[in-house]
Amino acid sequence: MRILFKGLMTATVLASMLATGAQSEEPKRGGTLVTVLGTNVRNLNSAVQSGIVTGFPGAQLFASPLRYDEDWTPQPYLAESWEVSDDGLKVTLHLVHNAKFHDGVPITSKDVAFSVDVIKANHPFKAMFAPVESVDTPDDYTAILNLSQPHPALMLAMSGQLMSIIPQHIYGDVPIEEVKTHPRNNKDVVGSGPFKLAEFVSGQHVILERFDDFFIEGRPYLDKIVMRIIPDPAARAIAYENGEVQMGAFELLPRIINRLKKVDNLTVTPEGYGGVGPLDWLAMNTQRGPLKDVRVRKAIAYAVDKNFILKALMQGTAVESKTGIHPDSPFYKDDVENYAVDLDKANALLDEAGFPMNGDSRFSLTIDFGWADVKPQVEYVKAALKKVGIDVQVRASADFPTWAKRMGDMDFDMSWDSVFNWGDPVIGVQRTYISTNIGKGVWSNTQGYSNARVDELLELAAVETDAEKRKALYAEFQTIIADELPVYHINALPYHTVYNDKVGNPPLGIWGTSTPIDMTYLKD
Amino acid sequence: MAFLQSFLIRTIYAVILLAAVLVLNFSMMHLAPGDVADTISQSMGGADQAVLDQIRADYGLDQPFLVQLGRYMGNVAQFNLGYSFFYNAPVTELILQRLPATLLLVFVAQILALGIGVILGVISARKPNGIASHFVTMLALFGYSAPVFWTGILLLIAFSLKIQWFPVAGMQDVTIEGGFFVHALDIAKHLVLPVITLGSIFLALYSRLSRATMMEVLGSDYVRTAKAKGLSEREVVYKHALKNSLSPVITLAGLQFSAVISGAVLVEAVFSWPGLGTLAFQSIIARDTPTILGILFFSALVVIVGNLLTDLALRFVDPRVGGKR
Repeated sequence: MRILFKGLMTATVLASMLATGAQSEEPKRGGTLVTVLGTNVRNLNSAVQSGIVTGFPGAQLFASPLRYDEDWTPQPYLAESWEVSDDGLKVTLHLVHNAKFHDGVPITSKDVAFSVDVIKANHPFKAMFAPVESVDTPDDYTAILNLSQPHPALMLAMSGQLMSIIPQHIYGDVPIEEVKTHPRNNKDVVGSGPFKLAEFVSGQHVILERFDDFFIEGRPYLDKIVMRIIPDPAARAIAYENGEVQMGAFELLPRIINRLKKVDNLTVTPEGYGGVGPLDWLAMNTQRGPLKDVRVRKAIAYAVDKNFILKALMQGTAVESKTGIHPDSPFYKDDVENYAVDLDKANALLDEAGFPMNGDSRFSLTIDFGWADVKPQVEYVKAALKKVGIDVQVRASADFPTWAKRMGDMDFDMSWDSVFNWGDPVIGVQRTYISTNIGKGVWSNTQGYSNARVDELLELAAVETDAEKRKALYAEFQTIIADELPVYHINALPYHTVYNDKVGNPPLGIWGTSTPIDMTYLKD
Repeated sequence: MAFLQSFLIRTIYAVILLAAVLVLNFSMMHLAPGDVADTISQSMGGADQAVLDQIRADYGLDQPFLVQLGRYMGNVAQFNLGYSFFYNAPVTELILQRLPATLLLVFVAQILALGIGVILGVISARKPNGIASHFVTMLALFGYSAPVFWTGILLLIAFSLKIQWFPVAGMQDVTIEGGFFVHALDIAKHLVLPVITLGSIFLALYSRLSRATMMEVLGSDYVRTAKAKGLSEREVVYKHALKNSLSPVITLAGLQFSAVISGAVLVEAVFSWPGLGTLAFQSIIARDTPTILGILFFSALVVIVGNLLTDLALRFVDPRVGGKR
């Protein structure tokens, strides 16, 4: 709560500074910002490719109707204003009149309608626009989204990298489902955002240049953004330190974060990840063996010491998360059952569940993990559960697909897992807990969890337009899952943004670098 | 004539070998659980089941194994290495884009290591118990046993962080502007640390081997005869002995061609060198079967061509090889 409060304070202060123009320093025009991506880019077209890597270049190349400030309030962007009808079934966007694509063609409501179609047909997150039945375009600058049911998640889904407006006159030359393999997704991209593509060399760099006809007067401040692709985290760290790279995001390794924090001219901050909302947790298959019994799952939670993970393994870089919603989200509920470590309670629960101690063991379980970074967590769980008589075997996977297949087929007892919120709970939270999504591939409800009340709450919250009521519904949902433990929530992923003293106004809003950085500038 | 015949036979073997490499690897990739749809979904932060099914249908991954294999081999027979699922680009284009970087790195490292390695080997062979010899032995032992990701990072910390002489990663600095020479110099600067890292492994091999063969040759009868004739030490070593001690070294250098892929993977990873090794590594991680098979195809070709070149080089230094006896 303190962190949220701090975040809110900073956000308010920042917002008021921006509003009054009373910034300590006037942004400066010009310059080349050198940034870094940790993975090669698969696809630059963020209307068909989501993910944290495409997010950064995607949000510079393509504008979305809305943008969000640091305190989760929607702000005008490509849409200068918008209204939601009383029944929640019509969302009207009024587009700015002077917006142009990078080839000079005006951006109209037809392009908005086209982009919605493309996203619906190609984007991996179906929940974002599933209720959108059609888009009316009464004139060039008005787009009306007709919904089959009220859909409050739409607001976040229209921001950041999630609703990129792409030109129909460029991408409309193939059937709508084939836009995801359109040759101009990586070459000769024509976008709508503050920067245009100068060059993309796969595995080496993405270079973006200022789009001079951008619809916000005087922006962007930078002339050029170079995104170097450096997959090795140790090499990236050295590049930050020696100044070759001025800014980077999604740094994850605790020892590197802590090392960079000690470097004088660098700022290392966990701000800016509430939208992506990455969470680390211990998943438990509620349909298999002893784990069917909620008492066993609770015993496991009591035996696993979160503080050990936070302090020893994450070395203080990560914050605790208690539910499936990211701690930075306004929907996050902090006061839920937290399972402070208690071995007596764990043993009592296991006895009560009918698994008596036999020598020094009760039963055995397996634990999976999908990538090497989390092996220490898995090994720790094994050691911790040994103390209460659960023998845990660690099952390694040769690579990500091997693990993903096991998860998708629900062929596991326990697994370490990292799942992202992606803005609204309807997009990235619901999928893990709703019973209609059981066993549908990796990052679905792989735990086989089913609770009629949870289903009901999620369905009600998805269509509830009153913010306070919606918050209450998600609060009850979080209380139930914290009590029934389909997953034991451990921490938010310690993603950090690193930037040096030369960078003014780095992107630290809820979408981090997956937002237009038209306000970022370079100091002298 | 005999050469042409052996060349033909070799070519036939090579084609069979290439086909076997592809079928075997295709089958192995297929046996592993999960597929590229999972890694695509991973790159997107998860995907609905419907999207995953669509991806599998798009790339024919829902077809039976033999159909997939047949299609692939049919394409390869027409010199079409297919389309990368992960990068949405033709495999040949991807490989050709990456090949120059790897060739540059590996050739420079090989040539420097070969040259310096032979010189060090000869120096230490002339005085096997001298200080220089012990130094070379130690250097070789260190170069061969130190893991490249460790030497690589160590070099980075020393020469990119503490003394900022060389850049951290990549092959070029895209922010600099200038003519051809500016860019050539820039690439050369980026090349130094990866070449040292990769070259140190090769250097160890070459210096050890040339030391051993040189010592053997120096002890042989004809060297003693040459000395007895009154030739100078220098003339004996560099004119008579060196040429005869080279053939094992050249054979080894030829075998090292296969390291174009295997040896460079780690070095490329440490220095973010945009070469074939990095692509191979990323494609394996991504389960991008067409790209992996394409790279294997290319590296098999490189090995075969490398072996042919080695043969030719050996004929040059040692007329007995391949000639009529």
